[in-house]
Amino acid sequence: MYRYDEFDHRFVDERVAQYRDQVRRRLAGQLSEDEFRPLRLMNGLYLQLHAYMLRIAIPYGMLSSKQLRKLAHITRHYDRGYGHFTTRQNLQLHWIKLEDTPDILAELASVEMHAIQTSGNSFRNTTTDAFAGAAADEIEDPRPYAEIVRQWATLHPEFSFLPRKFKIAISASAEDRAAVKMHDLGLYLRKNEKGEIGFEVLVGGGLGRTPLLAQTIKPFVARRDLFSYLEAVLRVYNRYGRRDNLYKSRIKILVQSLGAAKFAEEVEAEWQATDREAVALPDNYVAEIASAFEAPRFDATPVDERALERTITANPAFARWMKHNTAAHKAPGYAIVTISLKPVGQTPGDCSAEQMELVAGLADELSFGEIRVAYEQNLVLPHVRRDQLFALWQKLDAAGLGSSNIGLVSDIICCPGMDYCSLATARSIPVAQRLAQHLSEREDAIGRFNIKISGCINACGHHHLGHIGLLGVDKNGEEVYQITLGGDAGDNAAIGQIAGPAVKSDEVTGAIDKLIAVYEKLRQGEERFPDTYRRVGQAPFKEALYAAR
Amino acid sequence: MLLVEDGRLSVDDWRHLGDDEPIPANGAITVSFARWQTDEAVLHLRTDKLGLRLPNTIAPQEIAEDVSRFSLIILNFPKFTDGRAYSQARLLRTRFGYKGELRADGNVLRDQLMFMRRCGFNSFVVGERAIKEDWAKAFGEFDVFYQLAPDHRPWVMRQRLSKHR
Repeated sequence: MYRYDEFDHRFVDERVAQYRDQVRRRLAGQLSEDEFRPLRLMNGLYLQLHAYMLRIAIPYGMLSSKQLRKLAHITRHYDRGYGHFTTRQNLQLHWIKLEDTPDILAELASVEMHAIQTSGNSFRNTTTDAFAGAAADEIEDPRPYAEIVRQWATLHPEFSFLPRKFKIAISASAEDRAAVKMHDLGLYLRKNEKGEIGFEVLVGGGLGRTPLLAQTIKPFVARRDLFSYLEAVLRVYNRYGRRDNLYKSRIKILVQSLGAAKFAEEVEAEWQATDREAVALPDNYVAEIASAFEAPRFDATPVDERALERTITANPAFARWMKHNTAAHKAPGYAIVTISLKPVGQTPGDCSAEQMELVAGLADELSFGEIRVAYEQNLVLPHVRRDQLFALWQKLDAAGLGSSNIGLVSDIICCPGMDYCSLATARSIPVAQRLAQHLSEREDAIGRFNIKISGCINACGHHHLGHIGLLGVDKNGEEVYQITLGGDAGDNAAIGQIAGPAVKSDEVTGAIDKLIAVYEKLRQGEERFPDTYRRVGQAPFKEALYAAR
Repeated sequence: MLLVEDGRLSVDDWRHLGDDEPIPANGAITVSFARWQTDEAVLHLRTDKLGLRLPNTIAPQEIAEDVSRFSLIILNFPKFTDGRAYSQARLLRTRFGYKGELRADGNVLRDQLMFMRRCGFNSFVVGERAIKEDWAKAFGEFDVFYQLAPDHRPWVMRQRLSKHR
C-alpha cells in the first residue's frame, strides 16, 4: 500500500503544527467560534449534539493493520472505545474533546493518516471500490489514481473555498462497487481502442434534498490530462456554482440548470484554454505511485478445493458466510472477505477498539496486513487464501463479527442519526436495529436486498439509493419515515421514488413487511427488488402499503 | 493597512476613485470595472499609475487585452468562504500574464493568506489584528505543496520526478 515519503510526512507534520496553533488561538480567545469553525472543519472536527465529532480520513478506504491498531488506540484513549465507519469510507469518533484534537492528529500523522478535508466546502475523501487491487473484474487498480487525486486535492490553492463540498469517486472494474454516479465527480477508468488508459468523467451526482445521478460529460480523458481536466471542471464550478443558497450550491444543481451538454461545453472551452502540459501527469509518475500498490506475493500453492467443499457441506453456518461474505479474487486460491459490521441488533458501522485490534491481527495473519473500509459500512480483508477461510470465519464468529449478511436485508446502511448528529431529525439507528432483528430470520429467502436509512434530508444513509429507502423526519414533534422505492447504487443506479405519505416510526417494520411480501410474490426468478419494481411499477407496492389504512 | 507577501506591513497610498468622482489628472488611482468600461479612453490619456477593482463575478477574460495597463488589480472576497477570486487570481497570473500588484480585499483572514499567496496575490488588506497576532507567520506554515500554482513554489510531483533523474 501507499507509504508516505519525506514530502508527505513533512506535510502532515506541518498541518498538525498549524492546527495546534489554531486551537491555541481559539482557546486563548484570539479566534471567535465563527472564525474557528471553518478551520476545525478543514480538519474534520464538528460540534455535535453532545461533544465534538472527529471524522478521520481513510483515503479510498484503505488501512494497514498498524493504522487500524492506532485507530483502536485513539478510540480507547480519547473517546469511548469505539468508532463509526461511514458511507464515505471514513471513521467518526463522537465523544472528542477540543483540547485533545491536536494530539489526536499527531497520533494519526505518526501512522501516515490525517483528518484533512473530511469536512468543509472543498474536496472530500476520494473513494473507490473496497475490492480494489483484489477484484477479479478489475481493468486496472484504481488506488494509484485515487492517491494521485488525493494529493492533488489536498489544500488546493484555488479550490479550497468552493460553493459547497466536492466528492470524487473512482471505479476501475466491470461492476461499479463505488456508487460512482452519486458523486459530484465520478471517474470510470477506461481503456481506449489503442489500449491507453483514461477516464470517463461524470459530473453532477449527489443525494440530499435534490437527489441526482451524475452524467457523463466526456467519455475519455487521457490519463495524462487528468489534472488539467479536473481543474477545468472545478474552475467552471467555482465560477458559476451558486453561493446564495446552501441547498442549491452543489455542482449537481449547476449541471442540472445548465444541462449536462452545456456544462460539458463550458468545461471543454476552459480546458482548451488551459496550459495542459504544465500539469500533465507523466506515465513514469503514475508508475512510481502505482509501484506502492503492487500486489502482494500471493502463495501459488494450490488450494485443496475439495477439502474446502467438504467443510462447507459439513457446516451450514460457514456455508452461508461463504456464500454472502466472500467474493472472487483475481489471484487463484484467494478470496475477498467482507466482515459485516451489521450484527443484528447493533449499530450499523460501529466497531469497538477490541474488534479493530482483532481485525488488525487477522489482517496480519491472513491478508498481508491490509484492511479496507467499504462504503456500505463494512470491513474487508482483501487477500485471504481460500484454505484459511474456515479458520478465519471461526475467529470472526467467536468475536461477534461472523454475521453472514453481506448484501442481505439486515446489511442496512444507516447514518448516526439524532443519537449523535446535530443535523438529524430522527433516530435512525433504533429503526435499523428493529428492522434487522425483525427481518434477519427470513433474509436468505428474501435474497439480495438493500435497505438504507437516513436520519435527515442530507441523506448520509443513502436512502435514495436503497431498494427501500427510509428518510426520518420530524412532523410536529413526531418522528415519521418517508419511504422510497426502487433505488439502486452501482451500474444501474437509480433514485428511489417516494411511495406516499410517511409512516410512524413504530409502523416502519410492518410497512417493510408488506413491501417485501409484494416483492416475494411478484419477483421472477433471481430478480432483485429494484428490477421487479421497474417491471411492475409502483402500484402494487403502494396498494399494499396504504390500502388497509 | 496592507500586509505584503514578504510579511512587511505597509500603508495603502492609492486613491480609490468612486464612480461619481471626476478623474484626477495626476496621482495613482484605482477605478471600478464599470468605470474602466465607460471611461477607458479618458483613463488611457493619464500617465500616472492605474489600478482596477475587479468584482469576483467578472471573468478575467474580460480584461485579457488590458492587463498590462494596470499596476494594481484588487480582487474581492465578500466573505472568506466565497472563493471565486482564487480562480481569478490564478488566471490573471498564469493565462493572462499579469505581473503587477495583485491585492486581496474584503473578508481577508489569517488562515486564508497561504491560499491567496499561492494563487498569486502579493498584498492583502488587513486590520489591526494582523500586527497583534503576527499574521505574517501564516506564510511560513507550509513548505510542502501538492499543486503547481502561480507562486512557483516547488510542488511535490515535480520534486519527486526530478529526484529520480
